[in-house]
Amino acid sequence: MPLILGVDLSAYWATTLLKVLVVLGLIPAGAIILGYVFLLKMMSHMQSRLGPMEAGPHGSLQLVADGLKFIQKEDIFPERSDRFVFAAAPIVVLLSTFLLYIVIPAGPRLIVEDLDTGIFFALAVSSLSVLGILMAGWASANKYSLIGALRAAGQLIAYELPLILAVVGVVIQAGTMSLQGIVMAQAEGEIFGVGIIGNPFIFTQLIGFMLFLVAAQAELTQAPFDMPVAESELVAGFMTEYTGFRFLFFFMGEFGTAFAFSAIGATLFLGGWYVPGVEGTLADVLGPLVLGAKIMAVAFFIFWFRFSYPRLREDQLQAFAWKLLIPLALVNIAVTGVLKVAF
Amino acid sequence: MAVTTDWQKSAYIAAQAADARVNVELETEGMTLNLGPQHPATHGTLRIVVRLDGEQVVWAEPICGYMHRGYEKLCEVRTYPQVTTLINRIDWLGHFANEVPFILAAEQLMGIEAPPRAQWIRTIFFEMARIANVSLFLGDMGIQLGAITPVFYAFRDREYVLNLMEAATGGRFHPNFDRIGGLKEDLPRGWVDECHGVMTRVISFCQEMEDLLMGNEIFQTRTRGIGVIPAAVGLEYGLSGANIRASGVDWDLRRDQDSPLAWKHCDWKVWTHPDGDSYARYWVRLQETREAARIIVQLLDGLPSGPIQAKVPRIIKVPPGEAWCHTENPLGEMGFYLVSKGGRGPFRVKIRSASFNNISIVPWLLRGVYVPDVITILASLYFILGDIDR
Repeated sequence: MPLILGVDLSAYWATTLLKVLVVLGLIPAGAIILGYVFLLKMMSHMQSRLGPMEAGPHGSLQLVADGLKFIQKEDIFPERSDRFVFAAAPIVVLLSTFLLYIVIPAGPRLIVEDLDTGIFFALAVSSLSVLGILMAGWASANKYSLIGALRAAGQLIAYELPLILAVVGVVIQAGTMSLQGIVMAQAEGEIFGVGIIGNPFIFTQLIGFMLFLVAAQAELTQAPFDMPVAESELVAGFMTEYTGFRFLFFFMGEFGTAFAFSAIGATLFLGGWYVPGVEGTLADVLGPLVLGAKIMAVAFFIFWFRFSYPRLREDQLQAFAWKLLIPLALVNIAVTGVLKVAF
Repeated sequence: MAVTTDWQKSAYIAAQAADARVNVELETEGMTLNLGPQHPATHGTLRIVVRLDGEQVVWAEPICGYMHRGYEKLCEVRTYPQVTTLINRIDWLGHFANEVPFILAAEQLMGIEAPPRAQWIRTIFFEMARIANVSLFLGDMGIQLGAITPVFYAFRDREYVLNLMEAATGGRFHPNFDRIGGLKEDLPRGWVDECHGVMTRVISFCQEMEDLLMGNEIFQTRTRGIGVIPAAVGLEYGLSGANIRASGVDWDLRRDQDSPLAWKHCDWKVWTHPDGDSYARYWVRLQETREAARIIVQLLDGLPSGPIQAKVPRIIKVPPGEAWCHTENPLGEMGFYLVSKGGRGPFRVKIRSASFNNISIVPWLLRGVYVPDVITILASLYFILGDIDR
């Protein structure tokens, strides 16, 4: 029974407290890592400029400085806004991000709660954010915000479906909805009888992976699907009226969700935390590092698209979702099901 | 006041429910949205009032004048050499090109002509102003459609052109280099070689834009068939420049009028596009940037030697008379109508700037389009606020 400073760490309240602290620390950390590596540095180098260079070595503390700056700003409410809803909206958005982290495994024991319906839970809570966005758009008493929020609602509903259908293929193949179970299914799999690296589902579910990336892009409202925030049209959409730490909440929600979706993508399709031949406590140490590397690989694609593509129009996006992605996902499910039964 | 009983209340609710059952539509009302004066898509202070039904524009009207600086009046209280400083700022991206029509009009009244070397260098700078202006459009169109990367490439390569401009004239943005009867100075040593290198960069920049942005499928779905201007309508609204050439009207003042500038000595082409949509306007401008680089390279190769300034009295007085001179500026036709009473400054100046006429088609063009397409159309019409309001 591990005792640290006289506290029994296996007590229920102690583990819960630890888990909450880890998740609370992970969201800002993930947001800052993605924000720094991709938004500040990768984008700058793609655009033949340096990006921030002053705060910390190579500008690495820029987002920390920005965060401190946001906290110091005045907390402004627009005059005709619905104050309670306006204040609650960023928290709802951040809450959905927070809940996503509960089911993502980073090692054999490093998981907050290994739910049997893990992936179902993750996809369900990720759509909570649209509620926060609608609240923000409505409560801001701003026409641009309202248009942005309604676009977000339409878009997220259209893209939930391909996202879920893309994941169904993986669930069929793994035979479980628990994310830990999906990792183990990939670890124990074999490619033509060779089981040394397991069987990451990206090989069998390549179409599913692509659909997942596209749908996640829309879910995260990143270009080419960033109509809800479209700064050249709607001046930031539902975020237009937010300043200070409330804006920081949206920012953290955006990048925290990007981090979580990259983690889900890495877990579902790239084998998650699994390191071949490593078990026990060592896997708990190496697992987060391996998962982190895979997260960065998936996030690289998400942000690469974001920086190079123009924005689609809302109706073109709907047509793309309903006429291309959903039929493709359904075909993928059917083929996966047939092959699952056949082999 | 009527007494409301429970019975009346429940009757009212039942009636409402019956209405809902027979699917009586809710009454909706439109929304008036002010795009601007401060809005990222207007890159300046243009205000566009749009009446929306959902996301569809019912009616739109541009309201300009927020940046009116009264240039026509200001010209009247300045001497001729001072006027070029001022009119540089009309189309601030195509700086040098603004000076040329005014100087040509004044020269026409005085009956003098600049020596050939000055005319050739003028043409080189004119086309460089076109590159500096239009290359920004090529990147900016991307950012209006949500692609953030192209605009940085545009700024990067435009910088080389502006550096050349600065090396020769001393001014990056406002060269104020054109003089009645010639130019302020000759080109510095080594400038011609450097210019060759920069033009190679400009041509590769155009290729980059074509690969990165114009060839992109999303860009094409966003611009093809959006904001179509038929040639007849465009002519009625007085469009000029790339906007009318993209509608298939083969009209370019560089070729179509007898100008003292050196275009007639080069081999170049006026590009037109039959479609008249936003994509066509982008395509035409891209080709024009390429042509401008080609023109400059040819002019550099055949640059004549000789003086850069004709004999002009120290104090310039323009003889009485009236002159109209127009040129094909980066944004379209720009003209100066100059009236002189024989004094040291103009008596009256009327400026015809391209953007003011180009945005007059906005109400016609925006009817029935979606909000994102409003931005596409405005970006593809390409106006500079200084050029609208003067």
